[in-house]
Amino acid sequence: MQIDPYILTFSAATVLVTIWMGFWSARRSKTASDFYVAGRSVSVGWNASAISGEYLSAASFMGVAGMVMAVGYDALWYPVCYACGYLFLLLFIAGPLRRFGAYTVPDLAEGRFDSPLFRKIAVVFVLFIGFFYTMPQMKGAGTTLAYIFPGLPYWAGVVLVGAVITLNVALGGMKGITLVQAFQYWAKMFAISVPIFVLMAVFGHYGQHLQANDRAAAQYFVPTAEKNASFEAAVELGRKQLPEKAPTDSAWLSPFGPLTTKAAKAAGITGDDAKPYSLLYTYSLIIALVCGTAGLPHILVRFYTNPDGVAAKRTTMWVMILIGIFYVFPPVFGVMGRNLFPELYSGIGAKGTDKIVLELPRLLNEKYAPLGSILSGITCAGAFAAFMSTFSGLLVSMTGAMAHDVYGRMLNPKATGAQRMRAFKIAAVGVGAVAILLGTLVEPLQINFMVGQAFAIAAASYFPLLFMCAWWRNLTMKGAATGMLTGGLLAVLAISLTSFSDLALATDKTAPFFEVFRPLNDFWAQNPLLRILCEQPAIWAVPLAITLMIIVSKATKKEVPPDIRMKMLVLHAPEKLGLKQEYIQEHQPGH
Amino acid sequence: MQQPSPEKPDIHSEEFLRSLMRKQLRLSILCAAAFLGVLLGLPLANYFLPELMATRVFGFTLTWFLLGIGFFPAVWVISFYFIRRSIALEEEEVREVTGENLRTPNTKHQINTKPQTPMGGGLVVFLGLGAWSFSGGWNLVFGF
Repeated sequence: MQIDPYILTFSAATVLVTIWMGFWSARRSKTASDFYVAGRSVSVGWNASAISGEYLSAASFMGVAGMVMAVGYDALWYPVCYACGYLFLLLFIAGPLRRFGAYTVPDLAEGRFDSPLFRKIAVVFVLFIGFFYTMPQMKGAGTTLAYIFPGLPYWAGVVLVGAVITLNVALGGMKGITLVQAFQYWAKMFAISVPIFVLMAVFGHYGQHLQANDRAAAQYFVPTAEKNASFEAAVELGRKQLPEKAPTDSAWLSPFGPLTTKAAKAAGITGDDAKPYSLLYTYSLIIALVCGTAGLPHILVRFYTNPDGVAAKRTTMWVMILIGIFYVFPPVFGVMGRNLFPELYSGIGAKGTDKIVLELPRLLNEKYAPLGSILSGITCAGAFAAFMSTFSGLLVSMTGAMAHDVYGRMLNPKATGAQRMRAFKIAAVGVGAVAILLGTLVEPLQINFMVGQAFAIAAASYFPLLFMCAWWRNLTMKGAATGMLTGGLLAVLAISLTSFSDLALATDKTAPFFEVFRPLNDFWAQNPLLRILCEQPAIWAVPLAITLMIIVSKATKKEVPPDIRMKMLVLHAPEKLGLKQEYIQEHQPGH
Repeated sequence: MQQPSPEKPDIHSEEFLRSLMRKQLRLSILCAAAFLGVLLGLPLANYFLPELMATRVFGFTLTWFLLGIGFFPAVWVISFYFIRRSIALEEEEVREVTGENLRTPNTKHQINTKPQTPMGGGLVVFLGLGAWSFSGGWNLVFGF
């Protein structure tokens, strides 16, 4: 396959425009215009677009479609909970945090307990969640480049894209990002919706393609098959024969399909006996995604880019509408891909179903060349916008945490402005390099699955902290720290173990690195329940963290901050009463 | 601490805080219950009523239609209700306490109407790497 000039042009244009816009807006706004501050002068519509733009990562743009194609119904929980998790954030976390005036979780950790020490502890999870989140972005980058340049190895794409973005962040090209992020939301929305409408007009609509997924339709190539609606739909759509590796129609369409029954199947449990395991997996996944959204550090920060609480609430409403509409589209790619492009089931890693969004529009070339190439170029551009915006945002958060909290507060508290600036650049390069290295190792894992794991870690660490800080006055610093660290670190451990053992099985160059973990797979096969609880730890990790917070806080009752009533009042009293100001004057002289 | 008047609550009292938090939490839990009822009910419906959920609607299975398309508007309705109710709740609280407390002689508890400066901005200042001048913000938005 040759390099397609249309695809190359669209992708290169996106990269250049993104970088140019970043630098242009950073220069225009001189020193400040960091998004927290710039956002305060931006309207609700722009702000909602910017939040959505940062949120929709490679997982939403490429991963959801790829996973729907690979496992079917089970994967639908991801887009739904990604969008609806915002509701939980709105109901329990957003209001109190906004009133308190903390911009990041470490800010809150310090302010709520008057404890700089806790700030340093809380910062750890910015890095954990961040790295788990950057890995799938890197896989998205590697997959896209391997598609644009056939023959380019996966790792080369990861290194190339990672290096470009890292340099961009280190050179300060990401300072004025509200505009860039808002622009990227609309770019992604355009890139996912326009090709799907053209594809549906040519190849049949969403419902028709699902109709074709029926056991009877799977046998349409057998001439004796009974003629029914599914059969006719399959013939009409020109459904191709599924390769052996593809899940069967009944499994794919069933609510308890290949994703949630994998562990039980490995243990030899099938049919109705596997359904309870499947239900457990589904619930744990839902908890991870819903609570995780409320605990993502780079999303919380964005809530303060509003002039006041009412605007913040209206912004949230718009964000939920913008991303909700977006998430209707990716599954359509997966459904159509199953019927029209089943070849991808046989591909592994970067050649697998994760690239369906990029490659599906090319089918149009058979009838209407070069329309297929143009639309494929557009989806590639959308993919670039997706992983570039999220990777940049994460890199800024993580670098900020490293440079500000680790360097500025621990290593060299008396650093000058120039020293801090240099620390920021060094930290950016360091964090970027680690993210690239991790990214090269994860080719066999699905993009969407990995993002789900990052959500689970956020759900087990930051969500309990934020929730309890806002609603329980007797929380002490020791209680909060114990709960957050235990829940979060156990979730990281459990998730890493399952991912390592999966990587050991992959037929991949990196598999030997994980050889040590291969025997673990026999253990999983004997204990499917443990496998599910380790792969999706939210169902036990979130309650564990909250329980520990309560127990330890009760044991250290005397350490409840003495001015707790004032703090709770600031968290909950309407902003119009102006208590935030009062709080600052009382507790932070000099502000 | 000044004596609260009989009908207007003292915002620094224990009772005020408790009633405030209780009202907010009740609203949040109500909305969360509606949301979780639907979200956690769907897997149960899939489990116990597999045939109903597999009925075809416009080619979709019923459960696919509910989850892949119908769920989003339901959540918009819940969040719209929450936002309206919570804004009304805040206004109610403000109405209840303003007046009396606005005129209290104790400066410590005075309602401050001056423009507020954001706190806890360590990271913000750091990332901003300089002065907080953001007059360029508007140009940024309308600059192209």
